[in-house]
Amino acid sequence: MYVSFASYPPLLGKNESMAAADPSDGEARETLRDLSRDRPELVALGVVALIVLALIAAEGLHDVTQSSLNGLTLGTVYALGAVGLTLVYGILKLVNFAHGDFLTFGAYIAYLVNVTWGLPLAAAIFFAMATTALLGLLSERVMWRPMRGKGAGLLQLLLMSIGLAFLIRSGIQWFWGTEVRTLDVNVTDSVSFLGLRIGETELMVVVVGVLVLLLVGAMVRFSLIGKRMRALSDSLELAETAGIDTRRVILFTWLFSGALAGLAGVLAGAVTELQPELGFELLLPIFAAVILGGIGNPFGALTAGLILGMAIEWSTLLVEPRWKVTFGFVALVIALIVRPRGIFGQAKAV
Amino acid sequence: MALPLAFTLQAFTDLGFWSGVLVIAGIYAVVALGLQLNVGYTGILNFGQAGFMAVGGYSMAILVLEGGLSFWLALPAAVLITMAFGVLIGLPSLRLRADYFAIATLAMAEVVRLAAENARGLTGGTKGLYCNFEGVNQTCFDDSWKSVSGWGLERIESFWSDPEPLLPLLIVVWITVAVGVVALGYLQRTPWGRVLRAIREDEDAARALGKNTVLHKLQSLAISALLGAFAGFFLALFLATIHPGDYEPIVSFFAFGVLVLGGLASYRGVVVGAVLLWTLLEGTRFVELPISEEQTAALRLGIVGLVLIGLMAFRPQGLFGNRQEMVLGRGGPR
Repeated sequence: MYVSFASYPPLLGKNESMAAADPSDGEARETLRDLSRDRPELVALGVVALIVLALIAAEGLHDVTQSSLNGLTLGTVYALGAVGLTLVYGILKLVNFAHGDFLTFGAYIAYLVNVTWGLPLAAAIFFAMATTALLGLLSERVMWRPMRGKGAGLLQLLLMSIGLAFLIRSGIQWFWGTEVRTLDVNVTDSVSFLGLRIGETELMVVVVGVLVLLLVGAMVRFSLIGKRMRALSDSLELAETAGIDTRRVILFTWLFSGALAGLAGVLAGAVTELQPELGFELLLPIFAAVILGGIGNPFGALTAGLILGMAIEWSTLLVEPRWKVTFGFVALVIALIVRPRGIFGQAKAV
Repeated sequence: MALPLAFTLQAFTDLGFWSGVLVIAGIYAVVALGLQLNVGYTGILNFGQAGFMAVGGYSMAILVLEGGLSFWLALPAAVLITMAFGVLIGLPSLRLRADYFAIATLAMAEVVRLAAENARGLTGGTKGLYCNFEGVNQTCFDDSWKSVSGWGLERIESFWSDPEPLLPLLIVVWITVAVGVVALGYLQRTPWGRVLRAIREDEDAARALGKNTVLHKLQSLAISALLGAFAGFFLALFLATIHPGDYEPIVSFFAFGVLVLGGLASYRGVVVGAVLLWTLLEGTRFVELPISEEQTAALRLGIVGLVLIGLMAFRPQGLFGNRQEMVLGRGGPR
């Protein structure tokens, strides 16, 4: 019933490529080509490993580990944002430009709870996730479902999502203004181990983020609703034929996507500062993770988000830190051009 | 008690205010004419117009200030640079699916803006570009324009004692808009223009008929880049500075607002859309609401958001568009 699972290689191709493991030159190239076709994620991880080794050789183990640790903070934010975005993208074929502003919304709700009401950060995270999930649900009921009913095209939905992004940002700017705000978190203390340093808040963000990502991964992989979401992402029509209540799964996907966006927003707000464009500035790297991971593939998005976060920090070993955001976008453009289906994606229509 | 919705009639009749609105509307019309060619007639979702504007504006200013080129030579050079940049971006990315192309062009525009922000030696970073100071002498990128504009104002003074200083720019911008509308409208009726529409409707069919679709799409993008460069010049002359913050993605999104307000596949619609949207946005200034400056900015953002959502939901063809032309990228689950 759950036809193919995006990152899974076709059995035949895998066997073939294993059989062709011959040392002679032409065949070795053949094997490599087979491998890059059948297990692109292995090749990609190999490339990443090579880059890391080269960096370690050039800059030393300590610096590379430290920058990876720094990058993990933003990487978890990217990964959390990307998992929800990729599911919505994969299932509804909706390029949701408002996803970044979902993050901003979550961050400001957390500000309301954490700073204005003075409640602990855990409560703020819970509130932010709940309200952003509701926001996602509301957008589905008020906008996306009726528009699908009308048979709206890609451009129509895309421009609507930009409109929604503007509405959310405008609301935030109306109530909170454009001044920069911070959550009530510890920004001075840091933890040291093995000669590495990480701020207490950053550590909290990484721990919470990675825990939630593991949970999400397990849920998508093993739970019934997770399998259903993946089935819808593969083919909505097939899933419907198989008797899945697609409407309910779509609603759940929005709840899920919204809650994760809310969490990502709070975590981003905890390690940086709050301003109305917080989420929009994160949107392009999140899109990068979605595309690198292969659209509709939550595991791909998750891995790509973490790697992207670290890769952006690795770039600071080579060029001045102020260029690192640019580096992230250049990576996206290159990834799109070299491998538009993503590292983990299938050769579907691209 | 004062009415909460009192209108300030003074602003309503203020000529300087309206000249500003019309200049901005004209600039957005030029940008959106390029979008119309790409999105409305070729079916490629170009979200990088702000990037083309930035490339145009920056290369003009850098050529004048750093290269010592005359303003009048820098203009065509900057147009060529921007068009070459458009082709460079289009070559690898035009084979992508429509939604990927949209994201790729958006990312490209951001790369341009961030590069302008960070390459401080060349672009002045976040301080932007305007003048070079050497002792008491200063050279600004718009010196030549200012002398032309001053000459024009003198001519006008012969029959109008106190002319509006923006008038020369206003005239040049709107002549460009008019030329753009006529030229693009003509191109659209040529065999070349019909190939573009064929690509929008069914690229495979156009290719099967032996048309080089990639070349046509590249040309469409290059013309759009040309218009973007012109808009970049005008914006630089209007603001008398070039600053990375003026080329944020929101510029491209607002241009899309202009495009869908006027309607897809209509060049005249673009003009009406630009004037309507900017009258609507600047109109928020006449209404004296008890709100802060920031809230007014928020209100304008919200208005564009509502315009986009409302149009797409209830009138996707815009005010003057043809509903049949709005089938772009139709698909996805019902």
